[in-house]
Formats: sequence, structure tokens, C-alpha cells
Amino acid sequence: MSPTINEYWSAVLKRFRFRFMLELSGVSKSYGEKQILAETDLQIDAGMVTVLIGPSGCGKSTLLRLMIGLITPDRGRVQFEGADLSGTDILSVRHRMGYVIQDGGLFPHLTAERNVALLARYLGWPESRIKPRITELAELTHFPVEGLQRYPLQLSGGQRQRVSLMRALMLDPDVLLLDEPLGALDPLIRSDLQVELREIFRTLGKAVVLVTHDIGEAGFFGDRIVLIREGRIVQTGTLEDFMQRPADPFVTRFINAQRSPWDTAPGSES
Amino acid sequence: MMRRCILAIAACLMIVHSVPAAEPPLVRVASKSFTESIILGEMISELAESSGAKSKYLAGLGGTRLAWEALVNGEIDIYPEYTGTITQEILADLKLTTDAETRQALAERGIVMSQPLGFNNTYALGMRERHAEELGIRTISDLGKHPQLKFGFSSEFMDRSDGWPGLQKKYQLPQQDVSGLNHDLAYKGIVSGALDVIDLYTTDAEIAEYKLRVLEDDLGYFPAYDAVLLYRHELAEDAPRALAAILKMQEQITAAEMRRLNAKVKVQNQTEAQAAAEFLRSDLGVDVDSEEGTRSFWSNVSAVAHSIWLRTLQHLYLTSLSLFSAIVVAIPLGIVSAKRKTFGQIVLGTVGIVQTVPSLALFVFLIPVFGIGPVPAIVALFMYSLLGIVRNTYAGLHDIPPQLQESAEALGLPWMARLRLIELPLAARSILAGIKTATVINVGTATLGGFIGAGGYGEPIFTGISRGDVGMILQGAIPAAVMALGAQGLFELAERRLVPKGLRIKQHD
Repeated sequence: MSPTINEYWSAVLKRFRFRFMLELSGVSKSYGEKQILAETDLQIDAGMVTVLIGPSGCGKSTLLRLMIGLITPDRGRVQFEGADLSGTDILSVRHRMGYVIQDGGLFPHLTAERNVALLARYLGWPESRIKPRITELAELTHFPVEGLQRYPLQLSGGQRQRVSLMRALMLDPDVLLLDEPLGALDPLIRSDLQVELREIFRTLGKAVVLVTHDIGEAGFFGDRIVLIREGRIVQTGTLEDFMQRPADPFVTRFINAQRSPWDTAPGSES
Repeated sequence: MMRRCILAIAACLMIVHSVPAAEPPLVRVASKSFTESIILGEMISELAESSGAKSKYLAGLGGTRLAWEALVNGEIDIYPEYTGTITQEILADLKLTTDAETRQALAERGIVMSQPLGFNNTYALGMRERHAEELGIRTISDLGKHPQLKFGFSSEFMDRSDGWPGLQKKYQLPQQDVSGLNHDLAYKGIVSGALDVIDLYTTDAEIAEYKLRVLEDDLGYFPAYDAVLLYRHELAEDAPRALAAILKMQEQITAAEMRRLNAKVKVQNQTEAQAAAEFLRSDLGVDVDSEEGTRSFWSNVSAVAHSIWLRTLQHLYLTSLSLFSAIVVAIPLGIVSAKRKTFGQIVLGTVGIVQTVPSLALFVFLIPVFGIGPVPAIVALFMYSLLGIVRNTYAGLHDIPPQLQESAEALGLPWMARLRLIELPLAARSILAGIKTATVINVGTATLGGFIGAGGYGEPIFTGISRGDVGMILQGAIPAAVMALGAQGLFELAERRLVPKGLRIKQHD
């Protein structure tokens, strides 16, 4: 079904009003003396997966939390659809974003179904709208319907991440923010979920920001990779850019730091 | 016209005003917490009723301070006291020497002292007869040669200026091993040999019962402790007939008579009311409708059951009211404490300090503000219940993993909804545990209500201690324990309902 003229024009107008879905300009963040993020600019566009990568404590999670307003920048501004987060109703902005964290962040006192529907129920959606939406999401995320009545502690790690994704997608948000969503899973499940997740991202075509420290995962998901080190963006581009045109020696070191299963001992390549 | 209206209104007011006068006056009687005082209080109460007045009797209200404060503050109208206590303790600062001076000082405080009741119940020191014989001790001076003797004095005697401190100075007594304890327990101590010397009242029934030797006050240290009645000045106007009836006690009770009455309670296990009624009947010719002497076994059982039931209601009233208000106040305090660090530290610190105040002291502190009876007891119990609930609410919320709090915030739920839908259910187990602990402590502490006239299970416990009646103590102690266990069971059931199922299941692996 092709879009109607009206839908087309409203999309064009939207496009005209703001350039990016999410735009961070000159944001910085410190905790006491310790600077977590130096002045940083970053734009996130719709229909694209942006991967934030870097060593632990480099500031990539901080960047993600700034985007959803869980923390506020010391300087600079964060804009969602052209409006400054500090000046808007942060709750309604969050309703248009989905957020998934490493362990899922599921509420242990609620069943999977209640976790997923929590916000919709709070907002007063009728059950006639909630039920089909959950069925649809369970299908999308390959989550077994019979698991919906289970509590988080009764689910496996992979299932919990599926439920967490369903919860993030419940209100059909424009932006999906994922902080190491597969970090706590064992390799086999992780590899399966990576494939499924990429499938889902492609189906949905949303603005996706994913934080990881695994370069393989970054290359697998990322339309664009942002490498961060000690609170600064070192390079932005595709995995190929990183290999062909590294911005500095750290980029090369970071890419090569992940051992292939075939080089068994240090120095075996020489 | 105007004048007529005013007259009519005035007439109405007069009618309204005169209505209470038609009702029998109420005389509020109290006694201190030992047998003799309780018996005298019973007499006062019965005599007041014999004149047609109503009486409310707070038996064994507490120590001297408590009874005196209650009288001065108008919480009670009358209680029995001793002249020595008035001059040496209550008004010691004034250094009163004559009877006229004492009456004058009391009058300035709105209090009237009756004529002596007829006996002098002064302090004395006593030892086991055989022990005294072995050591050759006859007088208090003789004690100076035996520094190894263990002394055990009633707490009041230990503290008051006319008690142990003055006695020690006067006789230069060398003893170091001196402990303060309840007067009735001191008797148990001397009989068992745990103590060698105790303080006595000269009308104590136990002197003969336990074969004690009363040591001679050879330096004439102890002042006269003539029993008198202290009453509020207003009593003469508000209930003149009742007062006249009460004052029939003046000059009627000899020391021997009083010792005999004390023995009836302490040794023959009669109630104070029975002893008082018998004296009134035989010596004053006042007939008291007391059927207690002729009770059958079964009517006794049903009377005990009835009194336990009444005390259960009183106890439940004290506990539930204080606990309910504590929950209503403490949970919000705990929530705010968890959200606002500085405020939280102040709140937790404050309720923590309240908890360190000894419970009996707290009950007594509250009397000047709230009077006697259930109100100060409920306030004290309320304050005691706060800490557990505030702290557990705070801890329950504080211990929610940060990633769950972050997830709730990232969903876009406003803070009230986060609290209601997520944080409070997650903290439910901890909050309930806090309430459970507070309840069990509350049920136990509420027994101290018996000390300040609040009723409850404490009443038979305190009466039982003063009479040395274990059965009486158990009448309070067993139901109190049962109530505490019951409350605990109730909370375990509540836990099953209130703690979400998802938090009670084992981890799936």
C-alpha cells in the first residue's frame, strides 16, 4: 500500500522542521572531578542503526542515557525532533523511545505480559488494543506465547531479553536505545539473537542506537559505528572505514584487539 | 422585647448549666504501686461510692512523682500519701518542719492534706532474724562492722534524699554492694539469701511472714511517715458528701490494723478490694456491696475470663491505634527518606534516638503533656513503632537495584506511578517485615500501659508483681505472648497476599 498524498507531505514537512531524529550538540558530563564525556556532537537518523563502541567506562552508556533524559548534560543540548529535551515534557518523549538494558531490567514482581503492557495499561489503552499488540510483538521477537504468564525469574536469559525488547517496542516508538542488550547471554544464544535482532531492526526501520564493546557485533549491526575513547569520539564510519582509514593508531589497536579463535598464543602470527 | 430575649437565653443557659449538677459527682482516685497504697485507694473509692458519688480508681498508678504530678495537674482528685514523703521528697526544697508549714505549702499548690489516718509507716532496715542473730546485729549502727553485707533497696529508697544516701552519711555505713530493685522482689531476695539487708515499711506484712528482724534506728534518722490523704482543693466544693465520707478514714487505722490488712493481700491472697471492704464493714460500719468473698469456683473462672477479655480489648485498643497511626506516618516518612538523602538522615536519626529512650521513661515523660491513661501510652507506643517501619520502608526502597529504577524511569512513568506500580511492590516484603517487628514489640511494650493507668495486660502483671501472685502475672503475661504470636501469624498470612508472587518464586535455571 503506497502512502497517501497527505502522509507524504506530512513526512516531508517533518523532515523540513528538523534535520535529525536525535541531535546532541556540544554535550559534556562530569561526575565531580571526573569527566565522563568531553564536548561531543552526534546525530542519530531514522532508519539507521548507530553502534556506540569503545572500552569500558569510555562514556558510551552515558551518551545513551543522555539521549533518553535519564541524566542531563552539564553543557550543550540534546534535541529530539528538533526540540530541546530540557524544555519538553520528558515523559512523552520517553514514550516515543524504547530502552533495553543488559539484564533486561524486567520488573520481577510482574509477569512477562504485565511487564510488556505496563506502560500501555497505565496510559489507559483498552485490552482490545493491548492483546493483539502483544501477540504481534511475541511473533516479531519469537517469544513463545505460553511464556507470557511467567515471571522474569522463571524465564531464561534469552527469553528475558526478548520480553525486554517487546516492552521497549510496545508503544511503537521512533527510537530504540539498547545498552549491551546481549552482553549477559552465552555465545550460542547470543549469536542466534544477533541474527534475529538485525532482522527486527530491518523490519522496523527505526532509529536504533546500540551500545556494545564487541567489534564483531558492531560490524554486524552497525550502518554506522561511533568509536569512543575516554569521553571523546575517535572516529565515526563503517567497519570498512575503520580498517581502511583509521583516524589514529588506537582505532587499529581496538579493532585488532579481539582475538580470532585461530591465533592461539601471543606472538604466533610472527 | 430585647430584654425578654436576653432573659430567655439566660434561663436556657441556666438550665443547661444546672444539668450536670444533678449527676452524681465523679471522684478520681489513685494509689501508688504497692499493696498498702492500693488498699487505701480501694477504701477511698468505696467510701466515695457509699456517699452516692461515682468513683474512678487508678490502682497502682506508679511512684510518688507520678501520683503527685497527676494530682497537681488535675488528672486525679485524691490519693494516699505519707507525711515524711511530702516533706522529705515532694517538697524537700522547701525544708518544711512543722505541720502548719506543710499545709500552707500544699495549699499554695491547691492541695489539701487530711488528718493522719492513724498509723506511721516509716522506713526501717530488716535482716533475716537468724542471720542478724549470728552476726549480733540489733541496730543500724551495728551494720557498720559488717561491710560484706549485700544491700538491696527499693528504687525509690535508693534515690530519695531521706533514703539510702542520707542514711549512709548519718551512720557512716561502709557497704559497697548496694542494688536497687522492686520492693516485692527485695523480699524474695532476702528470703532466698541473695540479699542480706533490705529496706522495709514498718507496716509490711512480710516482716512477720518471713521472720525478719527490724533493726533499731538508734540515731533517729527516719522521719515520721504518717499516712494521710492528699486531695485537690476543689473536691470539697465539687463532691462535699463524698469527701466527708472519705474522711471517715481519719484516725481509724492503727499500724497493727494496717499490717493485718497488708497480710490479707500478701499472705492470704485476698484482693486489695476484699481487704478494704472487710475493714470498712467491720471497723467503719460502711457496707460495701462486694460479693467477691462468696464466689464459687465457676463464677471465679468466669470473672477471670471476663477480666482477661476486657484487658484484651484494652490492649488491642492501645496496640492497634498506635500501630495504625505509626504505619500511616512511617511509610510516607520512609518514602521521602529514600528519595531525599539529607531529609532521610535527619528522620532516621531522630526516630533512632526516640528508640533509645527507655520505654518506661518515655511513658513517664509524656504524662505532663498528655495526662495519664491510654493517651500517653498510645503516643509512646506510636513513637516506638515508627523506627522499624520507617527504616524498613527506607531500606526496601533503597535496595531496589538501580537498573530497575532506571528502567522504570526510562519507560516514561511519572514518579507517583513508579512508586505505586514498581517501587512499593518491590519493597513490600521489607516494609511488611518492619511492620511485623513493630507489632510484636508494640504488643510487649503496651504492657507498660498498666503502669500509667492505660489498662491492658500490664495491669494484672503489675498487680501480680506487687502482690507476689504468679497466677495474676500469668493472667497478663500469657495473653500478651499469645497476642504477639497471633499478630506474627497474621502478618505471615498478609505476606502471602501482599508480597507479589514474582518475588516469592525460586530462580529458574
